[in-house]
Amino acid sequence: MSGLDQGKMQLSGRGVACVRGGREVFAGLDFAAVSGEAVAVMGRNGSGKTSLLRLIAGLLIPAGGTIVLDGGDAEMTLPEQCHYLGHRDALKPALSVEENLAFWADFLGGERFDAAASLTAVGLDHAAHLPAAFLSAGQRRRLSLARLLTVRRRIWLLDEPTTALDVAGQDMFGGLMREHLARGGLIIAATHAPLGIESRELRIGGAT
Amino acid sequence: MTALSALIRRDIRIALRVGGGALIGVLFFLTVVVLMPFAVGPDLALLSRLGPAILWLGALLASLLTLDRLFMADHEDGSLDLITMSRTPLELACAAKALAHWLAAGLPLIVATPVLGLLLNLDMVATGAVALTLLAGTPALTFTGMIGAGLAVTLHRGGLLMAVLVLPLSIPVLIFGVAASQAAIVGPMTFGAPFSILCALSLVSLVVGPFAAAASLRHGLD
Amino acid sequence: MSLIDLANPTRFLALTARVLPWLAGATVILLAIGLYQSALAPDDYQQGATVKIMFIHVPNAWLSMFVWGVMSIASLGTLVWRHPLADVAAKAAAPIGASFTFLALLTGSLWGRPMWGTYWEWDARLTSVLILFLMYLGLMALWRAVDDPSRAARAAAVLTLVGAINLPIIKFSVDWWNTLHQPASVMRMGGSTLDKSFLIPLLLMAIAFTLLFVTLHLAAMRNEILRRRVRSLQMMQASRVAFSSEVGTGSRQENASTGAA
Repeated sequence: MSGLDQGKMQLSGRGVACVRGGREVFAGLDFAAVSGEAVAVMGRNGSGKTSLLRLIAGLLIPAGGTIVLDGGDAEMTLPEQCHYLGHRDALKPALSVEENLAFWADFLGGERFDAAASLTAVGLDHAAHLPAAFLSAGQRRRLSLARLLTVRRRIWLLDEPTTALDVAGQDMFGGLMREHLARGGLIIAATHAPLGIESRELRIGGAT
Repeated sequence: MTALSALIRRDIRIALRVGGGALIGVLFFLTVVVLMPFAVGPDLALLSRLGPAILWLGALLASLLTLDRLFMADHEDGSLDLITMSRTPLELACAAKALAHWLAAGLPLIVATPVLGLLLNLDMVATGAVALTLLAGTPALTFTGMIGAGLAVTLHRGGLLMAVLVLPLSIPVLIFGVAASQAAIVGPMTFGAPFSILCALSLVSLVVGPFAAAASLRHGLD
Repeated sequence: MSLIDLANPTRFLALTARVLPWLAGATVILLAIGLYQSALAPDDYQQGATVKIMFIHVPNAWLSMFVWGVMSIASLGTLVWRHPLADVAAKAAAPIGASFTFLALLTGSLWGRPMWGTYWEWDARLTSVLILFLMYLGLMALWRAVDDPSRAARAAAVLTLVGAINLPIIKFSVDWWNTLHQPASVMRMGGSTLDKSFLIPLLLMAIAFTLLFVTLHLAAMRNEILRRRVRSLQMMQASRVAFSSEVGTGSRQENASTGAA
């Protein structure tokens, strides 16, 4: 069991530095987030919001500092407990909506929740059999969100999650995030726009 | 295991549905073989002597050219990020992807070999020998080529550069593949020696390929 | 890399600045002695004066493999230990190794002209060296193809190590292929008559050429380090220009200026 309702959990970074292509993006960054909390990472373009999420996800190596998770599943690494929702949707246009979702559920493993219910939750139940190629940008984003619901992981790393979503979609997404936090989840989101839920602000790369 | 089989099933399904990988590879193979008589002349005796070499070269080029995008597509749509983050070791995921590619693009080449053998005036034994050596040798081509596919993602470059980097590495496979088929057709060597070396090359690349590809993919993502 | 990481290379620059003149001097002296000894060596009764090409060819052939070995160790340094100098070493070695390999090919083919009556014979050794040369060129193309040195370093390191695993296999296959197609050709370069009068100058030349490589390599590494410094200074300048045109980017500017100081 993934035990989403385990005790408290804290994700913290100390003196984290990031160098990309020979350029120092940020250095000496400290942050902390506890379960049940959403952190909105703010900063102007190029300040390293995406880089920070990718550092936490283990997709980039920090040039300095450490990122640790206390109180998570001791048998799994930090990236294995994270969902990463990036700019790109990780969807295959040749596969149907259902197949896309089923693949990630099979591949990511862990406790599975009803894929059909997740599709209903994001409002895509009517398109389950259609190829993902037919989806609009907003619908693709909704399908990516369904992945976060079908495979339960406690930490969500979201990169501009609300782009491409219409107002109704943003409301729906706000509800999903609130549910996730209520279950003891943790959200770190890089964003320009307000996140739509109660969140703590983390500013990087100087003032905007 | 479910993770790996899910990955293999997905890749094969995409390859078959899009019709890009598998069918175009076979079509390329066919085209290369058809070009040969125009280059060397329609001399059937000469063609049957060169037959195994032509088929091997065609298969080599076809499998390397289709490999170019093995990881690139997953990188572009962000799937590779999630694969890297998952509990499945990246080496195994790479191996699964290469296996899926071989099943979808390598096997059809071998199935097409008898037809192409006809065009090159190869008899049953010769065609069988070439098909058998391709069956044993194309995994080595796929698993060597996947190193290039991994580098292509790290470098954000594919195409010609990758071919230049990977082709020298596949020389041993070509040597023993052609030698084994020639041995079966005209002798004087025994078929067994080069064939078992060919199998050994495939086994070595089965180990080296995934590790090298994973090493260049890991942290090379940005 | 940021300027903090250049602390180690700075020490390297200081050290090599002192060592290089001595190395260069030793190389010149050894090369002079080696060449003189080679000139004194007697002609071969079969090959005549052509055999003297060997005094150049063999050291070059030896270095063509030795340099790949050096690059492999440097690649391990990049992938495993993440040493800041490792990818500099690997990058600087590639063109030098390619040059030695080319000289080995050239001298081999010049030697082959009177021996075989043709400049190129698909001889097992020459063919292996040719493939090695192709691999060097591929590696150099890879370094040049990518702008970001740290990303190119990873890819080049993987390719170098795969090459190191593959080279013995390629050598073995080419030898096997050669005996398959030319069972009559038993002529080997160098021959089996390694007389003392031949061996001593050969050894001297091998040592001299190895020293030549070390000298060239250290010098090339210095150049590469300096080139990277220029690059990171230029990037800092670029970002300073970019950010000073915006409003309220105080912290970034401070970072850049303290870094450059």
